[in-house]
Amino acid sequence: MNGPITYLDHAATTALRPEVAEAMASVHERALGNPTGSHPPAQRARALLEDARDEVAAFLGRDPGEIVFTSGGTEAANLAVLGPAEAALRTRGEAVVLVSAVEHPAVRESAKAAGQMGVDVRELPVDRAGLIDLDALDRTLSSRCTVVAVMTANNETGVIQPLADVVASVRRRAPAASVFTDAVQAAPFVDLAGVAAGVDMVGLSAHKFGGPVGTGALAVSSRVTLSPRLYGGGQERERRSGTPDVASAVGMAAALQLVTKDRAAASIRVSELRDRLAEGLLAVVPWAHRTVPAGVPVLPGHLHLCLAGVDREELLVALGGEGICVSGGSSCASGALEPSHVLAAMGVDRGLAVGALRFSLGYDTTDEDVDRAIAVVPGVAAALRRTV
Amino acid sequence: MRVLVAMSGGVDSSVAAALLVGQGHEVVGATLKLWGGESDSGCCSVADVEDARRVAQQLGIDHHVFNLTEDFDRHVVTPYVGEHAVGRTPNPCIECNRTMKFDRLLHRSERLGFDRLATGHHARVAQIPGGPHSLRRGVDDAKDQSYVLSMLGQSELARVFFPVGEITKNEVRAHARRLGLRTATKPDSQDVCFIGSAEGRQGFLAGRLDLHAGDVVDAAGNPAGTVEAVELVTVGQRRGMGHGGDGKRRYVTHVDVTARRVTVGGADAVARSSVFLPGDSVTWVDGSLTGAAVRAVAQVSAHGRPIPCTVDADDERGGLAIRFETAQRPVAPGQTVALYDADDPDAVIGAGVAA
Repeated sequence: MNGPITYLDHAATTALRPEVAEAMASVHERALGNPTGSHPPAQRARALLEDARDEVAAFLGRDPGEIVFTSGGTEAANLAVLGPAEAALRTRGEAVVLVSAVEHPAVRESAKAAGQMGVDVRELPVDRAGLIDLDALDRTLSSRCTVVAVMTANNETGVIQPLADVVASVRRRAPAASVFTDAVQAAPFVDLAGVAAGVDMVGLSAHKFGGPVGTGALAVSSRVTLSPRLYGGGQERERRSGTPDVASAVGMAAALQLVTKDRAAASIRVSELRDRLAEGLLAVVPWAHRTVPAGVPVLPGHLHLCLAGVDREELLVALGGEGICVSGGSSCASGALEPSHVLAAMGVDRGLAVGALRFSLGYDTTDEDVDRAIAVVPGVAAALRRTV
Repeated sequence: MRVLVAMSGGVDSSVAAALLVGQGHEVVGATLKLWGGESDSGCCSVADVEDARRVAQQLGIDHHVFNLTEDFDRHVVTPYVGEHAVGRTPNPCIECNRTMKFDRLLHRSERLGFDRLATGHHARVAQIPGGPHSLRRGVDDAKDQSYVLSMLGQSELARVFFPVGEITKNEVRAHARRLGLRTATKPDSQDVCFIGSAEGRQGFLAGRLDLHAGDVVDAAGNPAGTVEAVELVTVGQRRGMGHGGDGKRRYVTHVDVTARRVTVGGADAVARSSVFLPGDSVTWVDGSLTGAAVRAVAQVSAHGRPIPCTVDADDERGGLAIRFETAQRPVAPGQTVALYDADDPDAVIGAGVAA
């Protein structure tokens, strides 16, 4: 637990940026009331919250009234899937939810829960690259559809979905349906204002872009009718009750400002580092395979490999011992790695999927980090490789 | 040394880890996720993993969770079901030790550069300097788990530690309390980790196997009742078999799963003076049986009474013939027979599985 750390797991979480910590601390420097009160500290809290909301709205190119603060990406996903579905069940007696086969468990499990409530849930297949099958989407869409959930970019592979095509398809075939995109992973690098412009609901999680854990947002277009998941004081225009976490919202807004300022440069810088890492590893580890075929759009920081003959659980323990921080996939409740449904949906051979390794670089990744990974990973992996 | 400790979330493995840390070893804890279904047995549920993790944190050691559910299903659960289908009575905890802990996990620990694998089992490994390793009962007779470890050989014993085998259960709990470990007062896990207390063995198997009702007959073939599930009846079983015409208790003397028939008889009919262990099921702690019949002590269940016996090679059938000094209830096919040294009854000499 003591040596130097080479952190290449930004897709899991990112460090709180100093400017963000400062912004959040400053919130408590003077009296902060509950935003729903009427006295000066409450007014101050309200103003800070609304400033933060404006910032999030600007980041997404949307109206501030569309922004609902949540406790994170998971809550945003739950609200986006179950909110409209429940509303439809109540008003129309039926609801249909379509989810891509590669969604994050927050979306996947929300859809499953919707299924238990009587919602008709369908899975949208992806191709070998993990890209949504637009023909299958077209065939599955109908006027009965309530929500179509396709993430902006995948958390495991980094693959970026053709959102504009998805939206176009939905508008054509299911004009009453709402499109939800889980943009949690994409937020640090993708210009969501452009890419998610036509989307009805967008989910964000602050700790993926240097903000605090425990806060996020769901942008909800005014055309979407949704039932809240949290009942109480009716905050966030009845969409999400509970005293808003003003300091965290301020933190998230500060983080988003930093992202916007540096996004273009960071994307280039990070993708170059990622490409150098990829070349460096693949040159000396011939039995490592890029999981995503060349030419498929991928987030700048993601490098997903499958190492033949290696067990990722063992690799993670060994790499962790060297201070190299990467990920093997999603964990279950106990913390054990689960077989990846994303890789399964992409048709990746199960034996190969056992050796899945995700590197995810961030805005503060350095050349030294990449050098260290190239120096250490191949030897560690080779020592664990079982050729039988 | 670098030691990987298998931590189940129970107090024994917690204290095993603590003792090794205290001895100055470089310790890492690992909890195995073996069963993906519901579990209230006190072993392997999410709560148990969290207990193990928290103890590791309290001891200042790293902790990992290994997902071995696929292998566990293949090597332990599926055979468990399959054995019942043919009327055998397997011991899944023994199979788990054989295939998962002291094979899969042991090899993983070696690949990860650990010198030893430790568990919280109540047993002892000893070594005469320059000589072979021996496996011995734990000092606490009531908690001894050498039976479920009796299949281990030299290559495994050379690489394992059983720290709590050197102390009593009371001392284990006292140690845990002294260290303020979360698991100090946690009750011991009971029964098989993948069978819930509500469903029981029957409920578990009913969901995975066709269970068939069967007829009960006496030695002469006369009807003597029925059973709900012939696959769940064990040779030697007394429960549910009632009494014979002579007023004496009845025992299962034979189970024919295909014919769906259970035969019962009195105590004398069910008494057996020997059991055959097929050669491919036999393991030795060190060396193997040669020459004349060897005196030994047999144990045929986890906390069963030790039974004086002789061990002989049965070349005709290819295996070992274990002859008991006094007649016993039959050892059900599929049950492990652990053998101990007649002159040193704490020392395991080998094991086999009843045919």
